[in-house]
Amino acid sequence: MSSAAYEMVVGLEVHVQLSTATKAFCGCSTDFGAAPNSHTCPVCLGLPGALPVLNQRAVELATRAALALGCELHGRSIFARKHYFYPDLPKGYQISQYDQPLATRGAVTFASGAERVTRSVTITRVHMEEDAGKSIHDRFPQASAIDLNRAGVPLIEIVSEPDIRSAAEARDYLRELKLVLEYLEVSDANMEEGSLRVDANISARPAGSTSLGTKTEIKNMNSFSAVERALEAEFARQCAMLDRGERVVQQTMLWDAVRNEIRPARSKEESHDYRYFPDPDLPALVLSDAWLTQIQAALPELPAARRERMRTAFALGAQDIEVLVASRELVDYYEAVAAAHGDAKAAATWVVGDVLAALNHEKIEISNFRVTPHDLAQLLDLIRDGRLSRNAAKQVFATMRATGDSAASIAEREGLLQVSDDAALSGWIDAVWNAHAAEAQRLVAGEQKLLGVLVGLVMKESKGRADPKRVNQLLLSRAAGGGGG
Amino acid sequence: MSSSTCDLTAAALAEQVRSGAVSARDAVSDACSQVDAVHAGRDGLNAVLWEDRPAALAAAAELDRRRSAGETLGALAGVPLMLKDNIATLGLPTTCGSRILEGYHSPYESTAATRLREAGAVILAKTNCDEFAMGSSTEHSAYGPARNPRDATRVPGGSSGGSAAAVAAGIVRIALGSETGGSVRQPASFCGVVGIKPTYGRVSRFGLVAFASSLDNIGVFGRTVDDAALALHTIAGHDPRDATSAQVPVDDYRAAASDGVRGMVIGKPREYFPDSLAPDVRDRCESALRALKAVGAEIREVSLPTTEYAIPVYYIVAPAEASSNLARYDGVRYGRRVPRASLADMYEATRSTGFGQEVTRRILLGTYVLSAGYYDAYYRKAMDVRALIAAEIRGVFASGVDLLFTPTTPTPAFALGAKTADPYEMYLSDIFTVTANLAGIPAISQPIGKIDGLPIGGQLLAPHFAERRMLAAAYSLEQALGVSS
Amino acid sequence: MHVGQKHAGKVGTALMADRVSEKDVRHVASLARLRIEPAKIEQLVRELNGILEHMDVLARVDTSGIQPFVPEKLDAMPLRRDEGPSVPLARPVSDIGPEMRDGFFLVPRLATHEDDGSHSS
Repeated sequence: MSSAAYEMVVGLEVHVQLSTATKAFCGCSTDFGAAPNSHTCPVCLGLPGALPVLNQRAVELATRAALALGCELHGRSIFARKHYFYPDLPKGYQISQYDQPLATRGAVTFASGAERVTRSVTITRVHMEEDAGKSIHDRFPQASAIDLNRAGVPLIEIVSEPDIRSAAEARDYLRELKLVLEYLEVSDANMEEGSLRVDANISARPAGSTSLGTKTEIKNMNSFSAVERALEAEFARQCAMLDRGERVVQQTMLWDAVRNEIRPARSKEESHDYRYFPDPDLPALVLSDAWLTQIQAALPELPAARRERMRTAFALGAQDIEVLVASRELVDYYEAVAAAHGDAKAAATWVVGDVLAALNHEKIEISNFRVTPHDLAQLLDLIRDGRLSRNAAKQVFATMRATGDSAASIAEREGLLQVSDDAALSGWIDAVWNAHAAEAQRLVAGEQKLLGVLVGLVMKESKGRADPKRVNQLLLSRAAGGGGG
Repeated sequence: MSSSTCDLTAAALAEQVRSGAVSARDAVSDACSQVDAVHAGRDGLNAVLWEDRPAALAAAAELDRRRSAGETLGALAGVPLMLKDNIATLGLPTTCGSRILEGYHSPYESTAATRLREAGAVILAKTNCDEFAMGSSTEHSAYGPARNPRDATRVPGGSSGGSAAAVAAGIVRIALGSETGGSVRQPASFCGVVGIKPTYGRVSRFGLVAFASSLDNIGVFGRTVDDAALALHTIAGHDPRDATSAQVPVDDYRAAASDGVRGMVIGKPREYFPDSLAPDVRDRCESALRALKAVGAEIREVSLPTTEYAIPVYYIVAPAEASSNLARYDGVRYGRRVPRASLADMYEATRSTGFGQEVTRRILLGTYVLSAGYYDAYYRKAMDVRALIAAEIRGVFASGVDLLFTPTTPTPAFALGAKTADPYEMYLSDIFTVTANLAGIPAISQPIGKIDGLPIGGQLLAPHFAERRMLAAAYSLEQALGVSS
Repeated sequence: MHVGQKHAGKVGTALMADRVSEKDVRHVASLARLRIEPAKIEQLVRELNGILEHMDVLARVDTSGIQPFVPEKLDAMPLRRDEGPSVPLARPVSDIGPEMRDGFFLVPRLATHEDDGSHSS
């Protein structure tokens, strides 16, 4: 048998760093990049006698995420202690919600694969916990270095049911989840920077079977593509084992991004026994209905709703919608342009085309883009009103990106505004008419193909500033009138 | 030492320091002389572990300077006092009587210590205790056993034995201890001083090195009820750094001196007066009850059938929480480290040589009752029975009983070494005290007489946050018995 | 995370005689990162069994339907605002740590990702 004879079954545990200013249980800063152990205090160092006090903002952000994922929020949740020894875990336990989490039973719905099939993955639970510190193993010989600046940073863990059936689906689920978190502004949700971390539980079962096989857990994946590749690799390994009649052993696997391979974690013999019990330092977290209602009401429009609105209110195509909605800032930018300009389609063409190309070229985010939505809308206005040719518009746009000046002022300054004023146009037309009398007469005689030639000559005469549409009209009416001035 | 300031009550001394009749420096100097006179150090009572006389004298001199500069000093102006070695202080070590924290100076201060200093008190020394407050005799200190100033062949009780001894020996009028199962009241009884365990949440635990967080309290010792009431009033009140600190206003405890007990119903729980109770202890208790009745209290027999479960519940809950709280002593960030080539060896060598026998025993017991498969049978069951015990106590107080009176300890101070062989025998020393910790109610032990020259204490228990009512009875009883300490 | 699995099983038998074996003591000691001298194990088995024997009385108590224990006036946890400052350290971390270099705490070298598997974050 090959992999095709098996079905992949995957559940994901996603850890998300919440965007608070201070840590979960103390007032230390959560900023990155500070000198090692400089953002520490008695609480996050686990000094004798120090006590945790929970950050209200962390609760707010966690609640926002759980509500956005459609979870049932629990008015009373409990923080437990999860015990294990590791040098970057200062207290010898992690404060983490356990059997009474903040929220349960939600879902992430997303379009998967090339066919954009709608899939829904059930969220088992969303709970709050604190992060551990960082262990650095390659800085000093014979020693590991511990930095506790990250210790105590608030996290939520989003646990999915084993509803995912392929590596691509896992990637699409993660993309949508990340997008939701970004829209909510609860986290930077950046896998490369570690503010979003993914562990996967994966098993293989014969296609058509409904029972679950023995699963393994994959850790150490630091990008969405790593998740995809790791799942494929582990699935292949499990399938091969099953083919050989071997049993999959429940264990932790590590993804090695450098070697592009999966290998078992070096695991101690003793089984994990975290000895959870409710943290006696922290009374129950109680959330009032009124507070929950308030958070719910303040939720921003989420990606799914945004896509729907882009489709119905702006009549955009699926492709444009995907590109725009993939970034909340980009779609906000687009909407601002569309609103100021009025033509949603033209705005989409420009934002998806020229603006994105510019961002890629400059390697910047939309938030750092020099062209404001207002200025872009003005540029589009000029095109629509025939004051700027498509080519001139590109030229103006380039200058806008470089200088941040408005479209009108650039076009004016550089003499790129099209002339549609009949008096001015007539001057150029007269000149061409006289200089090319033979061609003019053939047009008068009804030879339509001469129209293009003459328009071109007028454009040349005007150094490209004439509005070709109006020139067209004027030439035709002059021809119809017998060619008189 | 007839002219020593040590003979003044804390309130009287503070009054004289504030008025300038006595200097804070003299008060501290007198206390230092008394340390030497009673041999409170290592070679004697071993009540005092760490002291810094120059620093204490300098702090006192600074108070005197501030007074002469016209500042109004606080309620404990110039009052020297001592803190149990598990309460974090700046300037003096905080070792919890443990090898693993030998030489550890806390880089932050407990809320209780800060409040005392702000009230003008001078922290003279840290006192001996059972390691991490685990014990009932102060024999389980890494720095040797403390002795009872009333009879140096006997234990002072524990775990706050050093503080009790320091007060009993006339060095200080006030000392802080800590309670998890009776560690203030039991040594108070053994040493013939007053000891208060406040309501759980009444005094901040911030900076109290955790033993069993759901049971731990900072408690106070006083030579008299008034000394203890003044100390408690100084340290009581909400602290935003402790999530288990209650937001309940603090009553005027010293005003309870004039409240009296007329009309009060004092319950006498029959389970605390079993047939097996030593006749002398019963006799002293009956005298105390008669004295309370004589000044207007009504004595009513009540029953607390869950009392027999208190010790079993306590010896599951406390070790379980201790095993968790002591996980942070791993040699990584502070305190003792035994260098080894591998992390696993470093952990084990550090912890195995850093913790004494009783602490090791309780960590093992606590780890066991929390470990996979046993949690429900032990920890959860114990917590459920604890809820029953607390409900029963609430029920008694709701039935028209204002306070309860019991013996504090089943016997007076026992001889050194008498109970170290059988851990459970030692645990039974707490039999009358643990219920208050389990239910979280306040309790006070005060001298009610002597047995063969050794003091014995009686205990008053009150509803949650009814410290003032409890103190009213304690003041009345102290006056009625005229027991000299 | 698999809520509910960990605490299942053995409930009915846990309170029977001789609950703690030498193997249990060794296991629990390793969980707690304590090294027990082999000669001491037997004594600890005896002591722990002696203590736990006194706990059997709890099995007889009917706690069905009991509400979880909650300390008085502490039904809900207070929350702090998302702002500093944190509790200051009177002495720098470098004065506290047993072994430090360049501001890091040092421990004996661990292989990358060597852990007990729990270290998901």
